[in-house]
Amino acid sequence: MTQAFRLPTGGIIDRSRPLRFEFDGTAYEGYAGDTLASALLANGVHLVARSFKYHRPRGILCSGSDEPNALLQLDRGARTEPNVRATTQELFDGLIAASQNRWPSLRFDVGAINNALSRLLPAGFYYKTFMWPPTPRWWLRYEHFIRRAAGIGRSATAPDPDRYEHQYAHCDVLVIGGGPAGLAAARAAAHAGARVIVCDENPAFGGDLRGMNDDSANIDGKACATWIDEAVRDLSDSADVTLLTRTTAFGYYDGNLVALSERVADHLAAPLAHMPRQRMWKVRAGTVVLASGAHERGIAYAGNDLPGTLLAGAARTYIDRHAVRPGSRAVVFTNNDSAYAAALSLSRAGIAIGAIVDAREDSELTGALAVRAREHGIRIVSGSMVPAAHGSKRVTAVDIESLSGGRGTRVDCDLVCVSGGWNPAVHLFSQARGSLRYDESLAAFVPERSPLAIVAAGGVNGCSDVGGALADGHAAGLNAAAKAGFRGPASYAAPHAEPVAPGRLRPLWSVPARDRSGKRFVDLQNDVTVSDIALAVREGYESVEHLKRYTTLGMGTDQGKTSNIVGLALLAEQLHRPISAVGTTTFRPPYTPVTLGAYPGEEAGAHLEPTRYSAMHDWHVAHGARFINAGLWRRAHSYPRAGETPDDAANREAKNVRTNVGLVDVSTLGKIELQGNDVAEFLNRVYINRWDTLAVGRCRYGVMLRDDGMVLDDGTTSRLADSHYLMTTTTVNAVEVMQHLEALLQIDWPELDVYLTSVTEQWSAAALSGPKAREVLAAVVDIDVSNAAFPFLAVGTCTVRGAAGPMPARLFRMSYSGELAYEIHVPADRGRATWEALLAAGARYGIMPYGTEAMSTLRIEKGHVVIGPEADGRTTADDLGMGKLVNAAKWCVGKPLLSRPALIAPDRWQLVGLTALDGAVMPRGAKIVADPDHALPNPMLGHVTSWCWSPNLESWIALALVANGRARHGETLWAVSPLADAKARVRVRIGPPTFIDPDGERLRG
Amino acid sequence: MRYSIFSLARNALSYHEHWPLAWRSPAPKARYDAIIIGGGGHGLATAYYLAKEHALSNIAVLEKSWLGGGNTGRNTTIVRSNYHLDPNAHFYEFSLKLWESLSQELNFNVMYSARGVLNLVHSPADMDASIRRGNAMRLNGIDAKFLTRDEIARWIPNLDCSPEARFPIHGGLLQPRGGTVRHDAVAWGYARAADALGVDVIQQCEVTGIRIDRGAIQGVETTQGFITTTKLGIAVAGHSGHVAAMAGLRLPIESHVLQAMVSEPVKPVLNTVVTSGAVHFYISQSDKGELVMGGDLDFYNSYAQRGNLPAIELVVSACLALFPSFGRLKLMRTWGGIMDMTMDGSPIIAKLPVKGLTMSGGWCYGGFKATPASGWLHAYTIARDEPHPLNAAFTLERFAEGGMIDEKGAGPYAWAH
Ligand SMILES: Cc1cc2nc3c(=O)[nH]c(=O)nc-3n(C[C@H](O)[C@H](O)[C@H](O)COP(=O)(O)OP(=O)(O)OC[C@H]3O[C@@H](n4cnc5c(N)ncnc54)[C@H](O)[C@@H]3O)c2cc1C
Repeated sequence: MTQAFRLPTGGIIDRSRPLRFEFDGTAYEGYAGDTLASALLANGVHLVARSFKYHRPRGILCSGSDEPNALLQLDRGARTEPNVRATTQELFDGLIAASQNRWPSLRFDVGAINNALSRLLPAGFYYKTFMWPPTPRWWLRYEHFIRRAAGIGRSATAPDPDRYEHQYAHCDVLVIGGGPAGLAAARAAAHAGARVIVCDENPAFGGDLRGMNDDSANIDGKACATWIDEAVRDLSDSADVTLLTRTTAFGYYDGNLVALSERVADHLAAPLAHMPRQRMWKVRAGTVVLASGAHERGIAYAGNDLPGTLLAGAARTYIDRHAVRPGSRAVVFTNNDSAYAAALSLSRAGIAIGAIVDAREDSELTGALAVRAREHGIRIVSGSMVPAAHGSKRVTAVDIESLSGGRGTRVDCDLVCVSGGWNPAVHLFSQARGSLRYDESLAAFVPERSPLAIVAAGGVNGCSDVGGALADGHAAGLNAAAKAGFRGPASYAAPHAEPVAPGRLRPLWSVPARDRSGKRFVDLQNDVTVSDIALAVREGYESVEHLKRYTTLGMGTDQGKTSNIVGLALLAEQLHRPISAVGTTTFRPPYTPVTLGAYPGEEAGAHLEPTRYSAMHDWHVAHGARFINAGLWRRAHSYPRAGETPDDAANREAKNVRTNVGLVDVSTLGKIELQGNDVAEFLNRVYINRWDTLAVGRCRYGVMLRDDGMVLDDGTTSRLADSHYLMTTTTVNAVEVMQHLEALLQIDWPELDVYLTSVTEQWSAAALSGPKAREVLAAVVDIDVSNAAFPFLAVGTCTVRGAAGPMPARLFRMSYSGELAYEIHVPADRGRATWEALLAAGARYGIMPYGTEAMSTLRIEKGHVVIGPEADGRTTADDLGMGKLVNAAKWCVGKPLLSRPALIAPDRWQLVGLTALDGAVMPRGAKIVADPDHALPNPMLGHVTSWCWSPNLESWIALALVANGRARHGETLWAVSPLADAKARVRVRIGPPTFIDPDGERLRG
Repeated sequence: MRYSIFSLARNALSYHEHWPLAWRSPAPKARYDAIIIGGGGHGLATAYYLAKEHALSNIAVLEKSWLGGGNTGRNTTIVRSNYHLDPNAHFYEFSLKLWESLSQELNFNVMYSARGVLNLVHSPADMDASIRRGNAMRLNGIDAKFLTRDEIARWIPNLDCSPEARFPIHGGLLQPRGGTVRHDAVAWGYARAADALGVDVIQQCEVTGIRIDRGAIQGVETTQGFITTTKLGIAVAGHSGHVAAMAGLRLPIESHVLQAMVSEPVKPVLNTVVTSGAVHFYISQSDKGELVMGGDLDFYNSYAQRGNLPAIELVVSACLALFPSFGRLKLMRTWGGIMDMTMDGSPIIAKLPVKGLTMSGGWCYGGFKATPASGWLHAYTIARDEPHPLNAAFTLERFAEGGMIDEKGAGPYAWAH
């Protein structure tokens, strides 16, 4: 199809670069420089969407990011994107777009039945019905259809193939908006010496002036376009200025952090190699100059949503910037001067103007633009308004009526250009906790005061002409630079443009309805009408926030840019209150919707959190280990051999530790070095047991409590030298314990001479355990490890001999498995060599590596508690059978609160051991009850915390917390797991938690 | 006027010009038998049940701003009772039962949507804890179901159930009766029903002081003057500490900001509520089609109903780790609310140590789902001057006595729950 509605000349499109695109299956052509919207209009396509609720035919209303109607689905496959504003999407070759929310087609949409039923569907109708039959199931049924009808576009179903980036930046002055005010501000600030960032959401700078064809306006005696080019060149010549186009400032956060979304590749079919699709900037700005301009608003009259209705400024943009003829016969409906500029553009483009319908009286039409329009011979019908527009899928005529009443006339037209005035784009100012002031002459809210360093300039400040915007911008730029300390010489003069005498605006929000047939839309995206607002007020939803929520006014993807103020004004009218007393709703980020993918940036998918590996990881992989996640770590669960399940393997490994010897990677344990003269005192305060008696070369098991007396963590601490200790923590709690200790040292006891260093990554650790552990160790170390020379809880240093040469190590004699055991710590880069040396030396003793599963079996058999299952944040040391460790003679963190009545009550859940009777399998996550057949709710006496098949005892055993458990040794109760099987029940015998070697002979042997 | 399809049709004939006010806007009287501070869901529900169940007639709810504008109108609307500690389980299950018939009770469609709450399991340890929790629920008579990874993958095709996921999904604990409720409707429905029973719902009336004489409540100072009462209930969520301080009390509650956010509306892609503990994230799709999501606190104390970018980034990162195909959707709106975080993560619904003074608060992340039960039990406590067995454990004194109800075992750190 040819571009039948393209003007023969003009515009800032590149006619030498035609681009093909497709809309709803039809192929079209546009030019480089087009937006999707301008290209559609150039092809005469006005009907582009169906509305959300009533499925009314909708066209293109705006020319920028305020567009409520023209939301299209872009592309197909994994790159498909819903709700793309045709008005901001730049055209590229091969673009594929489709209309949304219609079935079976845009022209014939079954959903339009809602329009016919609309009387049954006023604002909030769903709160009043769908309550019968009175069961939740029925609402789910109704909801099913409501949900299918709702939503606009469709989400992709495949993962997004594109990449996103984050960029952090600092600047003295951030200028948001690159129109005349923003450019003037940026130049003023840059010439004063400030580091400046300027961003604009459009593909090029210039704001509303971009591509405008207005021979009467000039800046510093030059055509506007020339001045813009020069300004941009001047700014880009400065090393201290960063210019960002296609970049929207969308969120204003504490400390003048402004988030920008840069659409790096959205104007292309796909990002080029190495190009992110989008880049999120986090700019910490000294001062922000907000030069975000203003959004035009409409007027609510019957049929104001028909395709062919454009905001006057948008019509002008399409004509001047894109050389598009949006209609052949237009009516302009306005209450202010700005629409006259559009009328002049229409007239220049040869579009017939049926009339300019102006709500103002003739005597008020004194503004320069109005005067010029009159000089051009354009018919002006003053003191009048448009009560209704006619047409079905495109406007065909409007009625014109005098404000004072009387018979109206009907004028044929295929284009209505509306202007109800301008709303400063105060969103970011409001996000910056700025207050707003209602300006009567603009009939709009303008920035007042903000506690943050932000200055508004230009249109957002209420300037309505270029001259005013330039002067305001220049002053704001100087002001912002000065705030950042740059009061440089005034080497740069303010740009100048002749002021245009404005005419006064006459507020007009809606045109009184003549009859009930037509709908007067306020929010086009959410189909909110004037009567919806009246209904809300009638029912008492009269706070602005109630109005918004009850009617959904302004809650669409456009966040009500064109509708909010109209809605507020109508609310005020209904309530007979001034608009200033009604106030606005909160402006919430983001300013325009931001792609989800841009928020995580690179930290997406597998990079959501770092993955941590021990130095022996590759060995585990090479030896067939199965892995599990433990916090951020990957740990070897077991090392299955051919034909073995992981559980078989774990049983074999666990058994081998009790009979021969095993080696397990415990590098993931948290390791904290403590140095200083007061470490013993510090340990005394953080652990429940005593530490000042620990000799050099010895280690001790300790338990630390939270402030509330519950067990926080356990582990060993070794005294390596006089004032040098090493603490180990559990894997999961390594960070928490470090934070806990640092907080105590920095906040509570800064006077203690203790320094902490986390060395978890620096040291690899392996535990060697089993009756033959000593023989294996003796074969590789250079010290005497006999029981006499290196007894239980001894600590020392040694050298491990291995294929890679001698390796310095720290040696600890401690046991988690309950067997004779040692821990060998070496610098991480020696981890794997040491591991291999131990395995090599152990070969003749039947050594096997074992994983976390066997480790868990061994510790359950031994009755060792784990932080998480047993110490679940609700257990005291006494609950866990370690009450005796609490040293009565000293204070420690958490101890004062241990004596609270509920913590010493007789029915506390205490740690016990369970043995499954009758040869039964212990169910996962079981609860302990007295009577499995008790009616629900069935009182729970406790629960299983850890359980396993014990290959050494040949039965299912478990650790459990059971009410008053220590007094129940010998009792039998029931373990049940109704989640898995309502009938399943297992008889369990309660006993002490230590199943193996209760006296600890093995580990001391 | 009763709301129904018939009244809707009848009113359509008269162009909806005869709908009555949903609630009056009365001026405060000089004296009330009971006053509830806070016109959120909890305060309004408390007043409603006082009037309905306890036949008190002279009651006022005082709201400093517009009703429902606090956390009631800011939350992610998830309701569930999937708790494992008995007091919580019984309390939230009572609440869920009230939700099931609340639309009819209030004659206002609150859209209780029992589309299920699925709690994902990401590791063997997670699995143990989830099964333990599911078992506790079942023994307490609460619905719970364990879903395998394959069942989840079939049910929610856009969820990344692959083993390559950073936190692979091993299964999930489903509460089928969990779901969502339309938050604004809860405030409005209770307000309208309470108003119909004669309760004065007074907006733009901030309580600025509490008058106490010889240890007993005498009334409240407000921005609309002094009002006499001997029974005063506090239901101000994030402002609990602030208001209780007017009575000279220091609560074990901190105020934190929590953000929530929605995507642009899209056609149905998610038919249930999905939550994940590994990354602390929850998501559902609203009837309008928006994906509604949230995660952690911003982790600083605040009374500002706005948050910062890092918390949003974390939530969206988690979202895309679980649902990679949502990457090209756009975030439409973010906001914050002030959370009343207690030292054990459970609420306080109790008499306070001033005669005639009670509170419900300390809701942490999850007080919306408690709204009906909290209102019911708070009303009971006010009317009977003693707690009901269902809220007997949620005392203020439990912290001093050691009877914490610490569902997560996270300890006495408000931010940790
Ligand atoms: C982002 C977010 C997400 C959440 N998601 C969920 C969820 O998915 N599920 C869930 O169950 N819960 C959720 N919650 C928690 C839930 O919203 C709250 O716990 C619950 O709504 C609290 O209700 P309320 O009526 O007590 O408080 P509010 O609704 O906050 O009402 C308290 C009222 O007290 C008023 N007030 C305060 N001080 C005074 C005074 N001095 N005088 C008069 N009035 C006063 C306030 O203006 C406010 O209207 C979430 C909360 C947030 C912020």
